[in-house]
Amino acid sequence: MIPAPFDYVAATSAAHALDLLAQHGDDAKLLAGGHSLLPMMKLRLAQPAVLIDIGQVEELRGITASGDELVIGAMTRHAELAASDLVRAGAPLLAHAAAQVGDPQIRHRGTIGGSLAHADPAADLPMALVALGGSVEVRGPGGSRVVGADDFFAGYFETALEEGELLAAVRVPSRPGVPWGYQKFVRRANDWAIVGAAAIGGRIALANMGPKPVRALAAEQALAGGASPAEAAELAAEGTSPGEDIHADRAYRQHLARVLTRRALEHQS
Amino acid sequence: MSILGTRVLRTEDPRFLTTGGVYTEDVTDDRLAGAVHLCFVRSPVAHAKITGIDVSAARDAPGVVAVYTGADLESLPPRKGMGPTNKEMYQRPLATDTVRFVGEPVAVVVTEKPDQGEDAAELVSVDYDTLPAVVSLADARDGKTLLFPAAGTNVACDFGDRSAAAADLFDGCDVVVTRTIINRRVAPAPMESRSAAAAWSEDGRLTAWIPNQGAQGTKGSLARQLSIDPAQVRVITPDVGGAFGAKFGADPEHAITCWVARELGRPARWSETRYENLIGMTHGRAQEQTITIGGTRDGSVLAYRLDVLQDSGAYLRIGAVLPSLTILMAPGPYDIPRAEAFATSLVTTTTPMGAYRGAGRPEATAALERAMDLFAAEIGLDPAEVRRKNLLAPFTEPHRTAFGALYDSGDYAAALDRALAAAGYDGLRREQAERRARGDTLQLGIGVASYVEITGGGDESGPPSENATVEVHPDGTATILTGTSPHGQGHETAWAMLASDELGIPIDKITLKWGDTDLVPEGGGTGGSRSLQQGGAAVQQASRELIEVARDRAAAELEASPADLVFDVDSSTFAVAGDPEASVPLASLAQEERLLVRTVFSAPDATYPFGTHVAVAEVDTETGKVFLRRVITVDDAGVVLNPLLAEGQRHGGIAQGAAQAFLEEVVYDSDGNPLTASFADYPILSATEVPSFELAEMATPTTYNPLGAKGIGEAGSIGATPAVQNAVIDAVAHLGVRHIDMPTSPQRVWAAIQAAASGSGSSRSENA
Amino acid sequence: MQVKLTVNGEARSADIEPRLLLVHYLREHLGLRAANVGCDTTSCGACTVLLNGRSVKSCTVLTAQAAGAQVITAEGLGSKDSLHPVQAAFRQEHGLQCGFCTPGMVMAATSLLAENPNPTEEQVREGLEGNLCRCTGYHNIVRAVLAAAQAGGGAAPPAAGGGAGQEAGQ
Repeated sequence: MIPAPFDYVAATSAAHALDLLAQHGDDAKLLAGGHSLLPMMKLRLAQPAVLIDIGQVEELRGITASGDELVIGAMTRHAELAASDLVRAGAPLLAHAAAQVGDPQIRHRGTIGGSLAHADPAADLPMALVALGGSVEVRGPGGSRVVGADDFFAGYFETALEEGELLAAVRVPSRPGVPWGYQKFVRRANDWAIVGAAAIGGRIALANMGPKPVRALAAEQALAGGASPAEAAELAAEGTSPGEDIHADRAYRQHLARVLTRRALEHQS
Repeated sequence: MSILGTRVLRTEDPRFLTTGGVYTEDVTDDRLAGAVHLCFVRSPVAHAKITGIDVSAARDAPGVVAVYTGADLESLPPRKGMGPTNKEMYQRPLATDTVRFVGEPVAVVVTEKPDQGEDAAELVSVDYDTLPAVVSLADARDGKTLLFPAAGTNVACDFGDRSAAAADLFDGCDVVVTRTIINRRVAPAPMESRSAAAAWSEDGRLTAWIPNQGAQGTKGSLARQLSIDPAQVRVITPDVGGAFGAKFGADPEHAITCWVARELGRPARWSETRYENLIGMTHGRAQEQTITIGGTRDGSVLAYRLDVLQDSGAYLRIGAVLPSLTILMAPGPYDIPRAEAFATSLVTTTTPMGAYRGAGRPEATAALERAMDLFAAEIGLDPAEVRRKNLLAPFTEPHRTAFGALYDSGDYAAALDRALAAAGYDGLRREQAERRARGDTLQLGIGVASYVEITGGGDESGPPSENATVEVHPDGTATILTGTSPHGQGHETAWAMLASDELGIPIDKITLKWGDTDLVPEGGGTGGSRSLQQGGAAVQQASRELIEVARDRAAAELEASPADLVFDVDSSTFAVAGDPEASVPLASLAQEERLLVRTVFSAPDATYPFGTHVAVAEVDTETGKVFLRRVITVDDAGVVLNPLLAEGQRHGGIAQGAAQAFLEEVVYDSDGNPLTASFADYPILSATEVPSFELAEMATPTTYNPLGAKGIGEAGSIGATPAVQNAVIDAVAHLGVRHIDMPTSPQRVWAAIQAAASGSGSSRSENA
Repeated sequence: MQVKLTVNGEARSADIEPRLLLVHYLREHLGLRAANVGCDTTSCGACTVLLNGRSVKSCTVLTAQAAGAQVITAEGLGSKDSLHPVQAAFRQEHGLQCGFCTPGMVMAATSLLAENPNPTEEQVREGLEGNLCRCTGYHNIVRAVLAAAQAGGGAAPPAAGGGAGQEAGQ
């Protein structure tokens, strides 16, 4: 299987990429690591006329500490994220999540920006960003804006990114030593989560429990009110409406959300 | 010292590890220069009338050479099924008026370059008038919707007469347990998908490169599908990237590739995508089995009944008749006084059913080994103990079963005991009891499965046989031609070992050739675990006969009596007894005249390998997730030629068998849409779901061939499936669960625990 | 479009369609057919090669994305007469049967050992999670990778240079 024909342009800077986006409008798609987009193009589920490759744009890469935040360039690859001393110290949940994405080959190519912009509700990094209460830095024709994780994911494979914008960087709070828990329920190690749960500092995020990564707000409130992890976890599925597929029906997913939330709260690193 | 029985490394490996194998897609050949490329348009609906096909836009697309539909292929016959099946249910090469499964070829786009076909195929417009899908066996049986109205039924064939079932089969039993279980549909999924390349020469002869398990069978199938004389067909077998039963013969797509090449007067090539492979290549298993077992409270099984509904898929392939093997092996390794088995094959609007590693026998073992566990649970005895009590006593003379199988040799209890000892069975049971007492979240299950299977069977044409040709060349090398067809089994090494052991020629100077029907016109291919016991035996026999031919030549040269000559294998030299100076090397005897022998080895009958598998699984009782921790097996396939290769066959089979038990299944929705048509959705086993395997050795020779060897290729998949399934169920048995259908997915396991806890009874066995 | 890259130590310049996947460039343009296509969904790993020293699935990389990069395939790792230690270990432990997954499996193992020269069995299994094999049940593949690690195989450079573990071009 091969993609339908397209034109390819390698952007040399973020500004160049924005220019190209403005020029080609919605005929164009940004290409990062390509590990979400290219498979869809091979299956002809996506047929952009122009691919703007931002994978080599140096200013979109790298990890730096800025005050009490880590700033991660959107083109940072999963393997780099997982191995980064800065991330492992300041946001170990994120490093752990990055190490769970796909398989080693995918982690060598896929980028955090690509994964977040793809917004698969079953994926690791969107859930991690929501759990961490991070944000993304979006650049567009009119300048930059910062969008919080809770507002960034809009729906099934949909984000707050507007036409002509690109996701430039990811910001997560650096909180060394804060306990965290991460549970990903799969049948095979490299599968997408049937359900996932990530918890840190009183926030709980769930993967694949709806059209986007969601917070387990009822459970969070119970925790804040002094409930035990087990008691709080019982509320983890409240308000969720997960889909059904060959792996799990709705009731089973909700059951898993409760079990995994409890484990994420009880088994913290 | 003989190299037989030693761990000889594979001679074929260096090229596979560096430049890679030359699979059909990799073949470069002058005859294929300028080849066109095929891309099939496949039905997106399970069951529909075709009311119109518009190919005009596709014809105008870049690079398109031709577009064909079913109407263009009307002169070709349908692809026949096997055995006593319903002739109305054969598949047309391209659908004409009706499609019957998602993936059925409807049209074919032929282009100059391979990548142009995908683009052009999207432009073929087919109008479908949808008909009701028939997905469940219940719907197939009630016949409200018929796939083939002309047949008047969805029944493809019956095995056994249920009206003759014994009313008193279970008389005298203290306990009778009955249950309907599902042996689910799985995909063979060889890593190399299907492929073909075809070229016609000016004299009207076809050369076809096709990945297959037996070029001679593929040649016959192509000739039938193309309605041409088999003598006009040459099949060449490139390296084959796995087959597992699904690459015997030729599929309609292979025949169409050849037809297109003839029609256009240009060579043609076709390679499918994985999506096409998962919906277009035959599937395996897919039986609904009603098992009834009865016996006494002290653990003696007195009677067993197996009633099978086989899902044949939309058109009749070998899968429709495999229940005959399930029935043949129904009573397995046990001495059951009364047993009956019946089967009915039904067509459904799904991918046609073929053979998959084990082909009918894993289904028999899965049913029986579940039955033994259900019976043991009902009477409260240890399942290993119940098995030991009912296994046939050791025998060295062939034993005839009530179903007509003639078991050649066996000591089934010894295999069971050896496996249990290797597993540390008693210790595992103690650990299980401790975890149960503690109420651990992670519970331990131990599953046992004893089996006997049939390998290397003959067919209606006679007893099992295979041919081999061995030739020694003047330069000291040798060539072997074989009718078997390796695709991972290592025949290049193994057959060379057999010849080397007789001829004294090092294995790296021996070349094996196979799979070219002009070179090897006859042969049974590789399947049914037949290769070593027949093909290998033929190589050994040919080598021995060659030594006798050479002995006569040596005698003439040395002016001695043949009886006075001694052949020294180490030096590959004949010498006169008592006069080592008077000697002649074997190779030099090939100088004047070719030194070559072709022979046919015939076995008296099939052989019956046996063994016991023990699986240890942990089950997370909160989520239902299964962790396979250990698999311990005894697989007695007689004398082993090369332990490295035999172990590899066992490992692969165990993994596939285990995968069926807890992971893999082909799923359709109620409209007949496949939901598992990619490797992202079909949960093919990866390295993280299995442990390393523990193999215990046991070798009971057969007398049916001089090697003493039985088949080993399918043992793993036959024993491991019920062992793993039984282990999973055993892990939650104390919670009241008696059965969980395969694959024991997390949701199924969790649901079974919930049902048992709520006492809904769905997980309890019914008492008859 | 024009793309320059290095394959098995040799500088290459290609005039390609933008949609050309790296695996097809290697197989069809260069005749390097060890890497195979086994699926459509970046699942099977049969097409695995090293890109700047790290394993990637070449069915999900555009040739254009490999511009300026170093690519190593199984052909460039070792030769029939001089197997790379990882290849030699696969032979020694019978870590291959039909061979279709093998070149990709070997490249994935090479990358794995470059990143973790002394893996545990569990780490080997996890490190190969992106490579499917239908023949071996993974048993002997895992043994082969562990044996290669013991023999220091992860440190051995490919015959073609541009080695595993290097970050050339990044």
